[in-house]
Amino acid sequence: MGDILQLVLKRLGLGLVTLLVVSILIFFAVELLPGDIAEAVLGQGATPETVAALRDKLGLDQPAILRYLQWLGGALTGDFGVSLVSGVSVGDAIGERFVNTLFLATYAAVIAVPISIILGVIVALLRNTLFDRVANVATLTSISSPEFFLGYILILYLAVKTQYFPAIASISPDMTFGELLHRTFLPALTLVLVVTAHMMRMTRAAIINLLASPYIEMARLKGVPPWKIIVKHALPNAWAPIINVVALNLAYLITGVVLVEVVFVYPGIGQLLVDAVAKRDFPIVQACCLIFAATFILLNLAADVGAILTNPRLRHPK
Amino acid sequence: MSTFVIAYYALLIGGSCLAAYFKKRELFLLIFSLTLVSFVMGIIGGVGALRFVTIAAGILALAAGTSYAFREFLIIIAPEGVAKELRTAPLTAAFGMFVIFTYAIAGIFAPVIAPFGEAEIISSAFAPADENMLLGADQLGRDMFSRIIYGARNSVGLALVATTLAFVMGAFAGLMAATKGGWFDQFMGRFADVIMSVPSLVFALLMLSIFGTNLIVIVIVVAVIYSPRVFRLTRAVAGNVVVMDYIEAAKLRGEGDWYLIRKEILPNSTAPLIAEFGLEFCFVFLLIAGLSFLGLGIQPPTADWGSMVRENATLISFGELTPLIPAAAIALLTVAVNFVVDWMLFRSSGLKEV
Repeated sequence: MGDILQLVLKRLGLGLVTLLVVSILIFFAVELLPGDIAEAVLGQGATPETVAALRDKLGLDQPAILRYLQWLGGALTGDFGVSLVSGVSVGDAIGERFVNTLFLATYAAVIAVPISIILGVIVALLRNTLFDRVANVATLTSISSPEFFLGYILILYLAVKTQYFPAIASISPDMTFGELLHRTFLPALTLVLVVTAHMMRMTRAAIINLLASPYIEMARLKGVPPWKIIVKHALPNAWAPIINVVALNLAYLITGVVLVEVVFVYPGIGQLLVDAVAKRDFPIVQACCLIFAATFILLNLAADVGAILTNPRLRHPK
Repeated sequence: MSTFVIAYYALLIGGSCLAAYFKKRELFLLIFSLTLVSFVMGIIGGVGALRFVTIAAGILALAAGTSYAFREFLIIIAPEGVAKELRTAPLTAAFGMFVIFTYAIAGIFAPVIAPFGEAEIISSAFAPADENMLLGADQLGRDMFSRIIYGARNSVGLALVATTLAFVMGAFAGLMAATKGGWFDQFMGRFADVIMSVPSLVFALLMLSIFGTNLIVIVIVVAVIYSPRVFRLTRAVAGNVVVMDYIEAAKLRGEGDWYLIRKEILPNSTAPLIAEFGLEFCFVFLLIAGLSFLGLGIQPPTADWGSMVRENATLISFGELTPLIPAAAIALLTVAVNFVVDWMLFRSSGLKEV
């Protein structure tokens, strides 16, 4: 077990370094502003006094390195400073919305993961049949459509024309869980459509790759029944690629969620980010970006660690 | 039971019998499963559902016919070598080429095709379609159809410029990294890792919030975000070429890096790079569409598909389809490019499945 632990720790360390570099990137990108934050936010009409006041409030007289360390230290404890526009604490503005976004992403993932893996395996087994070709075109179309296209189609047909689900996913804390699921069904379904397509294609490729290996052919030749080949021979080796596929696509959900939240006016962190970008509210933009990037890096990390744990061959790199 | 329903089922059942008689297994399965599905759909959705199936099948058949004709047309007008390649193209790839061709025509000749200017206000807001306006008016009373045509020029044009820039940057860095190696290679590799570890849309939003939303910023930001993909691929492909004997020979002849890249490495790694250009275009196009949908892309009054969807989204709550046309245009082009790329990958890199 010692060497596994070492490998995983090594990978974790690498992820941590990446995260640190990304945080530096996010923080110092704002420093690239022509002038500084105070001038950029207040615009050209600002008097020198107001600019100086804001500069003082943000502590811009200190060197950037010092401010970065303060920001990073605050970020670790959930304190991202105050919003430039509304003056409320960024941590408070993000907190509840972050939970909402996580809820939506989890909702979508819980539906998408089992469906796409099962469908992916079926498509791989039926490869080169008509069903496979139809599935290929359908998933390709779903991947190629922008998220807002799928979202609006669902709104048009499931909300406006038939009124099965609400078009706007507004939620409040006093709703029952069932009501919550009903309200957020359309945004979740949009995410499911996109992610399922990705996952199906990747699962299909992984399984087909596996089924081509000589030991599967050997099993087939010695007369093992097809279901047994899948369950006993193919699946143990397929876990690694499948875990990889799932983690990568959950990471993909992170990007998709921004557009979907805007389409359905869902009170999540993606919507907050887009609003903050339009208003140039840098503390919120930085905080949201850091959260999105951290989740993204974490999921990629999980993919790698999962692959190491399920694939003994990766434990002994040549 | 209307005559339509009777004719519908008669055609399907007759078709499946014929297919079964001539032992066309795939065709029989297709038609017969469609028949079974139609029973269920007919009971649940009534005649409307059956009509929908008919229209969908008609559109599919039309698309297949068009792509077939287009492929034959291309084979006839293309020179000998290209024609031979084209013969191997599946119908989906031909369909993709046809769509790309149509978009190119629409984009290039936009002022001639569009009946009105893109910013020209000609009627009241959200006016319904009439003989003047094919698709009605948008939220300011501009002609929807003209704006969609101009959108082909603006949206696709911007995506093309950004992709080209990303490609030039990524490919150049990749080729340099492969030829030079050493610290330059290491540095560029780590740099690409960092950029790829931030979700692209989030990264783009961060950059646009800082530099503002004008066209040059968008092009550069999007190019920077997507160049690492090209960099990695080019580096991998060129890395395989660099170790060849003829490169060694050229080096011994005393050729410089630039000569090696231009005359030896590039000609031997074009096929995967061209396919990557197509894929890259899809990513860039979708990212830019997403940004303009969020109001951070091409700024009004310039017509652009992403922002058109957002501006006219209110119409959707009245059950109108028109706001979805620009979105569908985005999806169609991306699908088309993907079809062509699929075929090229299959042909060039031996990405053959068992």
